[in-house]
Amino acid sequence: MRFARTSKLIGLAAAAALALSACGGGGGTEGGEGNAAAVITANSTEPQNPLIPTNTNEVGGGRVVDLLFEGLISYDAEGKPVNEMAESIETEDSQNYTIKLKADQTFTNGEPVTANSFVDAWNYGAAAENAQLGQYFFESIAGYDEVSAEGSTKNEMSGLKVVDDLTFTAELAQPESDWPLRLGYTAFSPLPEVAFEDMEAFGNNPVGNGPYMLADEGAWQHDVQIALTPNPDYQGTRTPKNGGITFKFYSGFEAAYQDLLANNLDLLDTIPPSSLANFKTDLGEGRWLEKAYAGNQTITIPQYLDEWTGEAGELRRKAISMAINRDEITEVIFSGGRQPAKEFTAPVLDGYDESIPGSEVLEYNPEEAKKLWEQAEEIDPWGDRTFTIASNADGGHKEWIEAVVNGLKNDLGIDAQFEPYATFAEVRTKITAKDMTGAFRTGWQADYPSLYNFLGPLFGTGAGSNDGEYSSEAFDKKLNEGLNAETPEEGNAIFNEAQEILLQDLPAIPLWYQVRQVGWSENVENVDTAWNGVPIYHNITGK
Amino acid sequence: MTWYIIRRFLQMIPVFFGATFLVYFLVFSLPGDPIQALFGDRPVNEAVAAQLREQYNLDEPFLVQYFLYLKNLVTFNLGNDFSGRPVAEVLVQIFPVTIRLAILALVFEAVFGIIFGVIAGLRKGKMFDGTVLVASLIVIAIPIFVLGFVMQFVVGVKLGWAKPTVGGDAGWLDLILPAIVLGLVSFAYVLRLTRTSIIENMHADYVRTATAKGLSRQRVVVVHILRNSMIPVVTFLGADLGALMGGAIVTEGIFNVPGVGQRLYQSVLRGEGPTIVSIVSVLVMVYILANLLVDVLYAWLDPRIRYA
Repeated sequence: MRFARTSKLIGLAAAAALALSACGGGGGTEGGEGNAAAVITANSTEPQNPLIPTNTNEVGGGRVVDLLFEGLISYDAEGKPVNEMAESIETEDSQNYTIKLKADQTFTNGEPVTANSFVDAWNYGAAAENAQLGQYFFESIAGYDEVSAEGSTKNEMSGLKVVDDLTFTAELAQPESDWPLRLGYTAFSPLPEVAFEDMEAFGNNPVGNGPYMLADEGAWQHDVQIALTPNPDYQGTRTPKNGGITFKFYSGFEAAYQDLLANNLDLLDTIPPSSLANFKTDLGEGRWLEKAYAGNQTITIPQYLDEWTGEAGELRRKAISMAINRDEITEVIFSGGRQPAKEFTAPVLDGYDESIPGSEVLEYNPEEAKKLWEQAEEIDPWGDRTFTIASNADGGHKEWIEAVVNGLKNDLGIDAQFEPYATFAEVRTKITAKDMTGAFRTGWQADYPSLYNFLGPLFGTGAGSNDGEYSSEAFDKKLNEGLNAETPEEGNAIFNEAQEILLQDLPAIPLWYQVRQVGWSENVENVDTAWNGVPIYHNITGK
Repeated sequence: MTWYIIRRFLQMIPVFFGATFLVYFLVFSLPGDPIQALFGDRPVNEAVAAQLREQYNLDEPFLVQYFLYLKNLVTFNLGNDFSGRPVAEVLVQIFPVTIRLAILALVFEAVFGIIFGVIAGLRKGKMFDGTVLVASLIVIAIPIFVLGFVMQFVVGVKLGWAKPTVGGDAGWLDLILPAIVLGLVSFAYVLRLTRTSIIENMHADYVRTATAKGLSRQRVVVVHILRNSMIPVVTFLGADLGALMGGAIVTEGIFNVPGVGQRLYQSVLRGEGPTIVSIVSVLVMVYILANLLVDVLYAWLDPRIRYA
């Protein structure tokens, strides 16, 4: 969830940007020990909300909160869960979980991290009266429906029970085998008691239990920077290897890139589109990195439009998918960046399978596409309609959408157009109101490393981000089976079976996977990005 | 004169209300729901959205929203932005930065524009005049963001004479490079305006008289020609101060100056009504004050102009 609105604006810029040579890494530093006292400067944006874990849903705040707090688990670079505050998370039935905490963990104000620190924080996040943007993370927990209902004054979920100082239990509304995997997301962070006295004030000077803490009171200078220093009492796995991180706020990546060139900034997590063609030579060997992460780009075709229903609609969606030359667009428009999509999730995830039966609809095949379109014509003539793809025009989307549209015109002989919107907010409002008259751009960045995160929230019947109103009983059933699976491996196999249904129905047309380019100054080394494309800040060292 | 100034101040009141009303209306008419956008493409919980709408009065009709804003304004409460920060605090942070930037740009364009313009005007048709004319034409023709990026790259990255971006502290020295970029186009205009004005006045009767009286060349130029040539230039500079403050969006973006332009841009994208209206209102005030200053300067430059 961390890539919400802003990241759309920014990420989108990044979108045009993301050029890359397949899934490989580029430079990548293999430095030695480095200078552990160096303070690293990194680009960021002004957080849009006070730094409360459950109310942070965009990159600027997300990356700071992630370093300030430590949840039950964290994810390593590959997205594998590692126990942090949790001693153990156990369940027999995937529905009732018993969570034991490690002893002697503290917040930076000396307060111990207890079962209450978690339970209170989660209840706070879920309660409607607190209006937290990350509320939906708690939807699996029993009792969520009551506390989250509009106007509800209940603020304790019945599913959470404190057993003793270091133990609590969580009962889910239904079995979900991948639930523990979500707990590394920042929304599940614990909060100290002091937070509940005045949440807004706390959000400006948060006290956490993570690898870093605010350098001092007022370390967050609004619209300027946030200075973090290592938390001396931190005992987790993300031990800082530098003397602190200062996030400098930039309104655009261009300015930050110039600072990077002048060694005025140590780490830039997104190369601006204008510099994608030449950043490798600008920076030189060993100062950049290119790596795929858990995000994708799709075109959603809403099911509530008549022309896309029934057999004709299905044939047309397939025809459109097969008339998109993903290889060429990723090569030409994204300078060889982006990886053509083979399914609906992302290749960095556990369980990813690039040869799911039916995935040939994602291959460019203009003859077959034309044939399918003509079959559809026989059932239900298209007439003089225009196929439109809507998106905000900023953020570098215009180029690839126009390429797609031109391809459709040539290969299918239909009239197709880009339908631009001035702002992300505008197009988003129309999408959520189910008011679209054609196809629209969608994309997903994983909240937690799981295939399910790319399927359930997007294509489950009635799911929160199911913008196309897709509904399939068979698919819902598979999802449920997957969630109820004994092991994550089994679950993944079932999720991929669910994807076969999606490939048949094509509620959205997968285009390509996101790739991240990162550059750094001559003063730092040991830079890498994690499964979600976020730099691993704590491992960066000075030279 | 005093009455004139008082009257001008009184005129500011309707202008202020008109401007805030207009801006508020425009923000209100922006397509898209800002609360929805806060959620990105993640699920929107209606309970949460409703609560947020109520908090920012977004659930009220336009006129009610506007009057609530005015009501708060009277008590010097400008409201909060979406991140919960008081707008007043935001204003106090961003305006000094942009004012510094605008003043530096104004000083740059006025000093260099007038000096170059006077020399070019006095040497009309000579080598210097020609060079300056061509150069200024080029500056006017190139879009400001091109100038900005080129200067940033050459001066900031290649030569290393200044930091490529300004960032947080935004002191006077840090702002010199962005100020030059910001003032560059106006500099070219001031130069051309001064030059034309000087050439025109050089042939005026009073100049011939002054020269015939046996005054030194220097005195003729400084006291007689220059003073009279300044009226159009001062008009331009006065109007330009407002333009420099409000129009610094591009320059502030290139050099990452945390000033009015950047904040305004972000607020528009986020649909933060109260922030936008407050910023624009202050800009309107600055513009009006600058114009008043210009009018007062007229009287000083040309004693024949009198205000009653």
